[in-house]
Amino acid sequence: MKNKSGTRVTKGKVVTAVLLKDLRIEMRSRVVTNQVLPFAGLVMVMFAFALDNDDVLQRVAGGLVWLATLFSLFIIVQRSFAIDTADGALDSLRVAGIDLSAVFFGKAIALALKLVALEIVLICGAVLLYRVDLSASGLVLLVTCVLCATSGLAFVGTLYGGLTAGAKGRETLLPLLLLPVVAPVLIAATRATEAAFGSGGAQTSEGWAWIGLLTVFAAVFGVGGSLAFGSLIDE
Amino acid sequence: MSQVLQHSLPTGTRATRVIGATAILVMAWVVVSGLLLTPQDVVQGESVRIMYVHVPSAWIAYLAFIFTAVASASWLISKKHSMGFDRFAGASAEVGVMFMAITLVTGSLWGRLTWGEFWQWDPRLTTTAFLFVTYIGYLAVRRLEGSVEQRARRSAVVAMLAVLEIPLVHFSVVIWRSLHQGATVLNPSGDVKMDDLMLFTLFSGVVGFTLVFIWLVLHRQRTMLLVDIANNQGLDSAIVARRAEGSANK
Repeated sequence: MKNKSGTRVTKGKVVTAVLLKDLRIEMRSRVVTNQVLPFAGLVMVMFAFALDNDDVLQRVAGGLVWLATLFSLFIIVQRSFAIDTADGALDSLRVAGIDLSAVFFGKAIALALKLVALEIVLICGAVLLYRVDLSASGLVLLVTCVLCATSGLAFVGTLYGGLTAGAKGRETLLPLLLLPVVAPVLIAATRATEAAFGSGGAQTSEGWAWIGLLTVFAAVFGVGGSLAFGSLIDE
Repeated sequence: MSQVLQHSLPTGTRATRVIGATAILVMAWVVVSGLLLTPQDVVQGESVRIMYVHVPSAWIAYLAFIFTAVASASWLISKKHSMGFDRFAGASAEVGVMFMAITLVTGSLWGRLTWGEFWQWDPRLTTTAFLFVTYIGYLAVRRLEGSVEQRARRSAVVAMLAVLEIPLVHFSVVIWRSLHQGATVLNPSGDVKMDDLMLFTLFSGVVGFTLVFIWLVLHRQRTMLLVDIANNQGLDSAIVARRAEGSANK
């Protein structure tokens, strides 16, 4: 595919352009840093109020981190696609004749970067608020888990975000569609994080089995998403 | 087209009437045999009678979702993108969700009587619940605004994604349970030694429910066709009316 000046627009360039566009929007609007992060932090504090027990909090810390991530995922995805549909940006991308799977990957990587930033804050929050211990070997497992789980969440989030983009009632439809799909990520990432935290006497080695599931999930929805995204946002 | 609606075409045909009548007869036999003729179970007592509804409805629910997936894949693959596939997929999913609800309700009632609890975090039960929620989402996607083609494409992709999702959910729940709890509780199908009449009643139930399923799907996809026609016609007549207004104003 060629642009006006006749130079070839590669898939990589489209991915980078979409990625930088989404990150630039975030840099200017600061929605993730000013709204989603405080929201996720508030959720962590609310969990502490609801569970009201240091031992319980320590044991379920892994699950709480990932639940707070999921809740934030809905907000970030909705926000990202609301901007795109409001200005007809998604329509422009569609008629630009570029590879829509590149748009999918660009948006997914941007979403993944936002989620990683959020997860780092949430995990630090868990260490501080829920008094979780983190060993060196646990940290390696945790970083791998965050990377694998986030890839899966970003692919699924972008895919279903594209599906519900511009639709009436998307605020309620997106969680309904996404929650059942991300259940495997919640289960696997929670168990891996618990192993990393050593919650309830879990060994770090137990966590690595779950990384495989997270990788399979990310691969399946990465491939599925790149194939389906174009036809979903196509009018 | 307008004649179709003005005569309020019935959705029944001779074939559906035969299927419907046969379904009523078979279901009547299942009710009589299931409630009166079959003996109670040695272990489960009277609660075993729930099985005559529970097992066939679970079978139909799974059949319906396989049917939806196949019809959706056919829509995506076929060059003509025939709307018939889409309507069958949608009708089958609607009926499937209804039977899955029946399965979950009868299953938890049976569980309360047999296990003493409404719900067990057994992989099969959990996956079934996820399947239920996933197809409720599928039906919500079908109701999104847009053209008939958009509806067909979106819902076909969602149905295909469900095919990817459900094995992943099942697999993750299986290893989640196996790591956290030893063997699962009582096998949900029960270790039932069935006598011939019980087995025959169960079999009749499956046949009867399958007939009801076919009957419902045939009627439902025809009403969907009529709704699509009515929507198109509404648009056409609106355009004609605006044009008439336009020419009247000149």
